[in-house]
Amino acid sequence: MATAFAPTKLTATVPLHGSQENRLLLPIRLAPLSSSSFLGSTRSLTVNSPRRLNHSNATRRSPVVAVQEVVKEKQSTNNSLLITKEEGLELYEDMILGRSFEDMCAQMYYRGKMFGFVHLYNGQEAVSTGFIKLLTKSDSVVSTYRDHVHALSKGVSARAVMSELFGKVTGCCRGQGGSMHMFSKEHNMLGGFAFIGEGIPVATGAAFSSKYRREVLKQDCEDVTVAFFGDGTCNNGQFYECLNMAALYKLPIIFVVENNLWAIGMSHLRATSDPEIWKKGPAFGMPGVHVDGMDVLKVREVAKEAVTRARRGEGPTLVECETYRFRGHSLADPDELRDAAEKAKYAARDPIVALKKYLIENKLAKEAELKSIEKKIDELVEEAVEFADASPQPGRSQLLENVFADPKGFGIGPDGRYRCEDPKFTEGTAQV
Amino acid sequence: MSSIIHGAGAATTTLSTFNSIDSKILVAPSRTNLSVRSQRYIVAGSDASKKKNFVSGLRVRHSQKLIPNAVATKEADTSASTGHELLLFEALQEGLEEEMDRDPHVCVMGEDVGHYGGSYKVTKGLADKFGDLRVLDTPICENAFTGMGIGAAMTGLRPVIEGMNMGFLLLAFNQISNNCGMLHYTSGGQFTIPVVIRGPGGVGRQLGAEHSQRLESYFQSIPGIQMVACSTPYNAKGLMKAAIRSENPVILFEHVLLYNLKEKIPDEDYICNLEEAEMVRPGEHITILTYSRMRYHVMQAAKTLVNKGYDPEVIDIRSLKPFDLHTIGNSVKKTHRVLIVEECMRTGGIGASLTAAINENFHDYLDSPVMCLSSQDVPTPYAGTLEEWTVVQPAQIVTAVEQLCQ
Repeated sequence: MATAFAPTKLTATVPLHGSQENRLLLPIRLAPLSSSSFLGSTRSLTVNSPRRLNHSNATRRSPVVAVQEVVKEKQSTNNSLLITKEEGLELYEDMILGRSFEDMCAQMYYRGKMFGFVHLYNGQEAVSTGFIKLLTKSDSVVSTYRDHVHALSKGVSARAVMSELFGKVTGCCRGQGGSMHMFSKEHNMLGGFAFIGEGIPVATGAAFSSKYRREVLKQDCEDVTVAFFGDGTCNNGQFYECLNMAALYKLPIIFVVENNLWAIGMSHLRATSDPEIWKKGPAFGMPGVHVDGMDVLKVREVAKEAVTRARRGEGPTLVECETYRFRGHSLADPDELRDAAEKAKYAARDPIVALKKYLIENKLAKEAELKSIEKKIDELVEEAVEFADASPQPGRSQLLENVFADPKGFGIGPDGRYRCEDPKFTEGTAQV
Repeated sequence: MSSIIHGAGAATTTLSTFNSIDSKILVAPSRTNLSVRSQRYIVAGSDASKKKNFVSGLRVRHSQKLIPNAVATKEADTSASTGHELLLFEALQEGLEEEMDRDPHVCVMGEDVGHYGGSYKVTKGLADKFGDLRVLDTPICENAFTGMGIGAAMTGLRPVIEGMNMGFLLLAFNQISNNCGMLHYTSGGQFTIPVVIRGPGGVGRQLGAEHSQRLESYFQSIPGIQMVACSTPYNAKGLMKAAIRSENPVILFEHVLLYNLKEKIPDEDYICNLEEAEMVRPGEHITILTYSRMRYHVMQAAKTLVNKGYDPEVIDIRSLKPFDLHTIGNSVKKTHRVLIVEECMRTGGIGASLTAAINENFHDYLDSPVMCLSSQDVPTPYAGTLEEWTVVQPAQIVTAVEQLCQ
């Protein structure tokens, strides 16, 4: 369809320096940010000569670097902590909520209260909490099928999520979505997608909306979008297509890779030619950062930088979070392929245990306070289950209701009336 | 363009007073306007009382002179000063531009829609007027930019997504099926996807198999979307505007060979109802259902048929999903014979679905089985002769009508 593009001959390919693996280098000179509305790459195609490049190495750094340095810097400079007490308790509570909720899901599944494919987030809480607790209500989050905890972190109530899992009308999607489709317009949770990769363009669209509002509609819009997806998705075309467009249009989006090393039974190393996913960011002109995804404070520091960048209109960031899921891919997965030693290694890095230790050691909270949070969350989750149990199942009338936003889309029947005008339509028994 | 027909009595003496009639709604669409439909157009000779006049008229007509046009040449129109003439692609552009003027949330995205003006010039000049962000030149990544349009629609914009050729949208099938069609439902009604996905498709002039695809048959099963096909400048502009204003995701099928059709269209604001079919030529003997380019092959065949003494009723179904069973049903009840002429492939095409729908709903009214003329089930060949034999030609339509009307 498009004519073949004759590529400009690059005089030299510039390798990234392997020894500085967590430092980001952009070997191609970036043109200065202009205020023009030119939508396109601001990179020139000429490559600097090696001499000039080495000189620029020392001074050129991306604004987002590996957090180990940031954390070390902060701790060494003024002994101040990364979080306040309130923030610490908020983070702790959110992670406990994620963990308790998912544990309850497992129980309910085995008791036959929910069915189908249920993918639990145990072990990855630091990523969700680290990013989403920095967002406002009008920022958007897009996730995959492992979306319960993203929805909870974003503010969807535990009741609504549990009811949705039970398939009840009080669920956030009226029972029509299920485990893999958690949506909330109020909290800007844009789903919940069953096919990997198909949520990333939707996230790119939400970010596009934000830029459009700012530049075309002249509204005050600083909303950012965070797209969560896994290591398996990073081999999918939609990921690359969206990295390209997000960088090209400088969209306010953060691509967060939850690299838990496994895509069902496929090890990341067996599926990916270059397993360092963060390196794929610079190939598209955006910073790529690798962070320890089992440490909520490190994730939070990286997230702060990435979100601020996006809000300032500087464009997207690719963040690879090294994390791990303690359970199988889904509740139906026997989880036989993963090595016990690997599981033990990551279990020792449980993010909740790590944060608890940090809070107590730095005198931000006492054991008793944390215990009371845990108790509060337990009660909340129990109450959510009771609520979901007591809620009614959807009636027949709900079957045809949300197929079209405008139900005229069902068309005109033989009698000349729109199908949706048929009284049987609301009963869900109409002929369509 | 007037949609009122001169009285039924005139119909028996001459065919020249028939204008192409289509449903026209001059009010802004809203859900409360459902009742407006019932008075949408007046068709001469459609009720039983007039049938007898027609039949006698039929016998009279045999002795009349050869009629060169199946559809009447328009009379010297006293309202000729209103309205303006333009080509179909200009009508699409006009509709799009008017909607973009009307609502700043309407935007366009696609390959070469901006600076290039669109591969068929439908978006020409729009980027200069509205800017590069509102008329977005995307990279070549159909799945991703269709998904981007859907994400933008979920968050309040109204994108018009162009497939440079409809066939390219096969690459966007993931997004169109899963997100465009289903997302409103799986989110429990929370998010609407008011996108318009449009582009040229159909068999052109030796474009080869992959550029000659008819995707309406692949998309028709997707729940939650509407499909319409335009065929004249009038309905192109009307459907474009209606599709943009609709809260549902709409796929608008244009045809590569119809972009240069010329017609005079009204100056005032109008839309064409998305769910309605268009009566092209009322008749008595047989109902011919068609859409898009085949409408013109049918009308050409109709010329021949009229000279042979047949009186076909031609309906451009326009709405490929859902079917307008009211217009179609009324026609079947009148003529009792149905011929479907389409450009889709035979297997699983629009015609196949339409045949099933007619058999299911109007079985009692049929005097003969529904016949469906479709393209051959072959990848469209490059060679001109082979390509001609792939699609339905007017001669085949004439033969089919003669066969059905025995």
